[in-house]
Order: sequence, then structure tokens, then C-alpha cells
Amino acid sequence: MIWWLAVGVAATMSAGIYLLLCRDMLRCIIGISLVGAATNLVVFASGWTRGHAVTTPPFVPDDATVLSGAANPVPHALVLTAIVIGFALVCLSLVLVLEIVQQQGSTDSDQLRDAEPPMDEHGKPAILDDVSPWDDVARAERAD
Amino acid sequence: MLVLTPILVPLVTALVCAWLPISRQRAVAVLGSLVHVVTATLLLSEVATHQALRLELGGWPAPFGIELVVDRLGATLTLLAAVMGAATFVYGLSDADPGPRAKTRIPLVYGLLAGVGGAFSTGDLFNLYVWFELGLVCAVGLLALACTRRSLEATFKYFVLNVLGTLLFLIGIAYIYATTGHLGFGALRQAALHEDGSRWAALVAVLVLASLVKAGAFPVFSWLPAAYHTLSAPVVGLFAALMTKVGVYTVLRLMGDVFPTAPGLMNTALAAVAIPTMIIGVLGAAHHWDIRRILAFHSASQIGYMLLGIALGTVSGYAGTLVYVVHHAVVKANLFLVAGMIHRTTGSFDLRRCGGLFVARPWLAVIFGLSAMSLVGLPPSSGFWAKFGIVRETIVLGRFAWTGVVLGVGVLTLYSMMKIFFEAFWKKAPDGARMPSGPTGLGPAYLVTGTLALVSLGVGLWPEPLLDWARSAFVDHNLATATEGLP
Repeated sequence: MIWWLAVGVAATMSAGIYLLLCRDMLRCIIGISLVGAATNLVVFASGWTRGHAVTTPPFVPDDATVLSGAANPVPHALVLTAIVIGFALVCLSLVLVLEIVQQQGSTDSDQLRDAEPPMDEHGKPAILDDVSPWDDVARAERAD
Repeated sequence: MLVLTPILVPLVTALVCAWLPISRQRAVAVLGSLVHVVTATLLLSEVATHQALRLELGGWPAPFGIELVVDRLGATLTLLAAVMGAATFVYGLSDADPGPRAKTRIPLVYGLLAGVGGAFSTGDLFNLYVWFELGLVCAVGLLALACTRRSLEATFKYFVLNVLGTLLFLIGIAYIYATTGHLGFGALRQAALHEDGSRWAALVAVLVLASLVKAGAFPVFSWLPAAYHTLSAPVVGLFAALMTKVGVYTVLRLMGDVFPTAPGLMNTALAAVAIPTMIIGVLGAAHHWDIRRILAFHSASQIGYMLLGIALGTVSGYAGTLVYVVHHAVVKANLFLVAGMIHRTTGSFDLRRCGGLFVARPWLAVIFGLSAMSLVGLPPSSGFWAKFGIVRETIVLGRFAWTGVVLGVGVLTLYSMMKIFFEAFWKKAPDGARMPSGPTGLGPAYLVTGTLALVSLGVGLWPEPLLDWARSAFVDHNLATATEGLP
């Protein structure tokens, strides 16, 4: 069983890393969620696999013995927490990428050169034109 | 109850601010930050007179439940976070704050402070991961708040690298739990001492690598210079003070306290990360002309010093790192805040577009000069003692190559700081540069930056208490004594 889990984690993790390295931002986010799923499997595997009690349950009364094949519930609680956090993060990042795509019109991450513009012809860093403070305040007030 | 305040005070303030209209938020934020500073001071004095404070959440005894532990290391950093939070909010009262006036901004900053406070006060590995995530979500929110192309791009870069870091941390936690069956720092420390803890080196290395992503160390630091300069002045001050420090704190806690039996190979590997971090960061800074980008690359460079202190692997090295963290949080945040004031006065962050400030704003030049001197590490400043502690320890241990790198990077730091000073303050204002004719509304900003510069100078003139305190945090008041008597 532990070997099947290992193969599953390896497959999910490599698919996730492959997508993560894509230039396409949406694929990148899906890659992150796959890496997160593989991570959750690793945490899950630290609790129980059939025939291999990796860790024993922390609460066992003195006169009792651990049931054969009993699962350690602590990693399950950890996985639940991690799933919830991961779900929220993936939702947040999808909204973020959608907003970027709407503003720049493509999902190509190579075009993300606004915060770090390329050098000018003299090899000096380009000047980052800042929104003047006063314009920004006015815009935010309109947004309210 | 006092143990909970680093988490509860920011969380409650965040919730209260979320209900209030923007006009009232700022006053509540300053009030909340004052309460935060007072409770953090009480916590520090409590830890100074007694041993470390512990709280078993939910009444579960130590090796089973989640525990909050505040020792001298945690209390120092908690107070640091509270003070820098207060500085941010007072600075935010001035007109140097061009950030978006969004209703969610102050609650998000407080959420970040809660995440940082939780990370500094928890005694449980998985709980630390949860606080990482809280800090990460709030940081993403703050970065994306302006909703411009530039800020969204910075958010994306920050998000991808940092989420990978936290996922790696979670994998490390799973490995550690599968091997030891423990998550609490105290129980892990006992297990590492009593069993052969050195065979866990690879597992600890996964956790340390994840923390290095958070800290902004060399191969994985690129989120830092991509993100910092898109933030508004007070928030970038807070980021510079705290975000990378959480990563450094985690490395320090893991290698210096929880897994003291890690083999020397790990220290060598950490030094192999720290030294390129110092060099690449300072070279990146030398290339740039935007004040914020210069300072952001310097942040990465200075992280190298802190990691080198941990890599030395001795009590003096750890104490040197703690002093360095405190010094750097104050000074680097102050430099970013001064950069915001330069922008408010000259209308640009780019050194090619500003100048003449030494005549126009002499006190700003004094404040910048003091902070820059401190960052370089010239004698009557906190930076001198921070660097002195690490340089001295490299010589004591006979690592003369490391000494050479530390001093050489210091010279290059001087170059960047002189560049800012000459270009923004000393040279004449370039043609077409504008200076505001009326009042700039920078009163609170001068108050904050002046105070922080004086703090740095004060520590430089009277360093003994901080140096002794930092040493004591790793000698008899660390986790070991706090967890004595555990099964």
C-alpha cells in the first residue's frame, strides 16, 4: 500500500511541477494545486497505511492495545486543515490570474515585465514611473 | 493569557477595523498598535523575570496538544513586530502614504501582524505552518490591493514562490511527524537529544529550505525585489521589517534550538547559501537606481549576514543573528520609510530624477545618513555591533574567508548608500524636478523615522543590554529549560 501511495505522490507531484514550470499562468496555478494535493497525500501517508502503522495513535489507554490497522487520527486532522487552506489559496490565486489576464490580455507569464522592466539601451535600469500619490488617492476615493 | 496577546491583539484590532469606515480606521489602528506594544513589553518583562511562558491550548498536556511557548527569543521578536507595527500606523497618518485608501488595508496589515506574532509565539511545527499561511494570505491581499498591472504582477510572483515554500514546509512536517511522532518543539528537541537526531538531518533540511524561501535566500529570493517596490511606503516598511525575518526566525529556531544535534554539514550548507545571498544581493543593489529596488536587493544581501550567523553554529553566532535581526528590522524599515518621504518631497523614487534634498530637507538627510551608516555598519550605530558580533565569531572559529566576504560586502553596501546619499541629497536637483511649495504634511513621518534613527544610534552607543539579552536567549533561557520535565 505504501508503494502505491508513493507512486501516486510521485505522479501527482511531477505533473504539478511540470505544469508549474509552464509559461502559462493558469497552468501554473493548476500546477500549484496539484503540488498541494501531493503534499496532502504525503501528510496523509504519515498516519497510516495498511499493514504499516507508520505512527501509532497518541492516545491509547494503559490497559488497551492498538487495534491492528488502526489509523493515527492526528495526520488526518492536519490534512483537513491543509486542504481548507489550500482550497482558499487556489481560489484566491485563480481570481488573481483572471484579473491579470483581463488587464494584459494574455496568460503568458513572459509578458509580466511591468514591475521589473527590462534595461534601457544604455544598460541602465528603466525608470519606474510611479503613480503620483494624489492621483492614487483620487482613484481610490472614486472606487469607494 | 499574556501568551495569547501577540495573536489576539492584532486579530481583534483587525476585526474591529473591518467593521469601521475608513475615516475611523486609522485612529483605531494606532490605538491597537499601542496596546500591542504595551502587551508585548509586558510579555518581555514577564519572560525576563520568570522562565519562558507556556500555554497548553485546550488543556491538552504538552507532547499531545498544541502549545504556545514564548521564550526570550520569541518575546524579543514579538516586541519588535509590535513596535514596527506601531511605526507603520503612525507613519500612515502622514501624507507620505500614497497607498490605495482601501477599506481592507488596515485589517490586512493587522492580519499580517497576527500571522507574524503567531509564528513567533507558537511551540508547534504544524501551528507554525498555519501562521505562515495567515501571513501569506494577508501579504497577498496587501500586494494586490492597488490592483494595477504592476502590483498584480508582483503579487503573482510573490504568491507562486511563497506558496511553494509553505508546501515544502508542510512536506517537511509530514516527514518529521512520520519519523518522530511529534510536532511540538519541546518534544522534538527531547527526541533529537535522546535518539540519534543526526539521522534526521535530511528531514530538517527540507524544513530549513522551505524557511529559506520565506527568508529570501539566494537561489529563491527573486520574489523579494519583484514585490517590495510595488507596495506603498508604510506597508513596505513593515514588509522589510518582518516578512523575511519570519523565515530567519524559523531557521534559527530549528537549527539553533529544536534540532541542536544536526550535523556540521548542515551549517556548511547554510553558509554556502548565505555567502552567495550576501554577494548577489549587494551586486543587484549596485545596479539599480530606484531607491526602493536598491533597498530591496539590500534586504536579500543582509539576510545573508543573519544566515551566516546561524551557520556558525555557536551560541555567539546565534546571538549575533538575533542582534542582527533586531537591528536590521529597525534600520531597513526606516530606510524604506525615508524613501517614501523622498518620494513625497521630490515626486520620484528614481535617483536620476531627484536631488537637492540636503538643502531643502536637511533633517531628512540627517535621518537618512544615520540609518544608512547603521546599515553599512559604521561605529556609533547598531549596525556596527550587529556586524561586529558576526565578524568576531568568524575570526574566533578561524573562518577567515567568511570574514573577508562579510567585510567586502560591507564595502559594497557603503557604495550603494553613498550612491543614494550623493544622488538624492547632495547633487543639485535635476532640471524639471519639482519641489512642493506648500507644507508636505510629513510631521508623523518625521516623528517615526527620527525615533527609529535615534533607536539605532542609541543601541550603537549603549549596546551592552541588547548583546547580553541576545546571548542569554540562547544560553539558559532557551527552549531547553522551558521544556524541562517533559516526558
